[in-house]
Amino acid sequence: MSKTSIKITSEKLDLQACYDFVSDASCGGISAFVGTVRNDTKGKEVTQLDFSTYKPMALKEMQKIADLALGKFAIEKIAIHHAEGMLQIGDIPVIITASAKHRKAAFDACQFAIDTLKETVPIWKKEHFSDGQVWVNAHP
Amino acid sequence: MKIQILLFGIATDLLQTSSLAFEVSENCSVADFKNEIKATYPQFENINSYAVAINETYASDEMILNQNDIVAIIPPVSGG
Repeated sequence: MSKTSIKITSEKLDLQACYDFVSDASCGGISAFVGTVRNDTKGKEVTQLDFSTYKPMALKEMQKIADLALGKFAIEKIAIHHAEGMLQIGDIPVIITASAKHRKAAFDACQFAIDTLKETVPIWKKEHFSDGQVWVNAHP
Repeated sequence: MKIQILLFGIATDLLQTSSLAFEVSENCSVADFKNEIKATYPQFENINSYAVAINETYASDEMILNQNDIVAIIPPVSGG
């Protein structure tokens, strides 16, 4: 049985599927991080977000994060799912779930996974405003 | 020798394409490549920093390119 579930999809992300994947009789807790599309950036109204990916490399980098998390924290399983394509306000671009015997490892693994994903996984979002579009982070 | 370049994020907008064929010299390092591509496509002046991946793995500036490598331009990522 695999301990990791990695996915990039243009379909709606499924929180229940991420929960069910990590659910395990040996575990005392499941932690989940759910990213959602916010309606503003620095006071400016966002209408939608367009996510593009370098899919084969992004999947490899997400797998690396999941494998690292399994090594670093006392978790049983971890799921990292990311959306691609156009998302509307309130939609879910990312879900991370982790299960562990004890809660701290599950919390820590989720935090590590989302922080690392934002630094290393080749996924880009373009913010759409009523008057234009901007690649996020393009000019750090 | 010929390599294939994939462009992502803001780089696709600046060059108006998502892929290019590019000619580099033998023993071209990633650092050399970055200089050559900026010389050919001045639009790269508009990207402050970007990473390079060779065949789907992040590459350091010292790494040497090989014939038919797939070289990706990775502008700062913004997933999640």
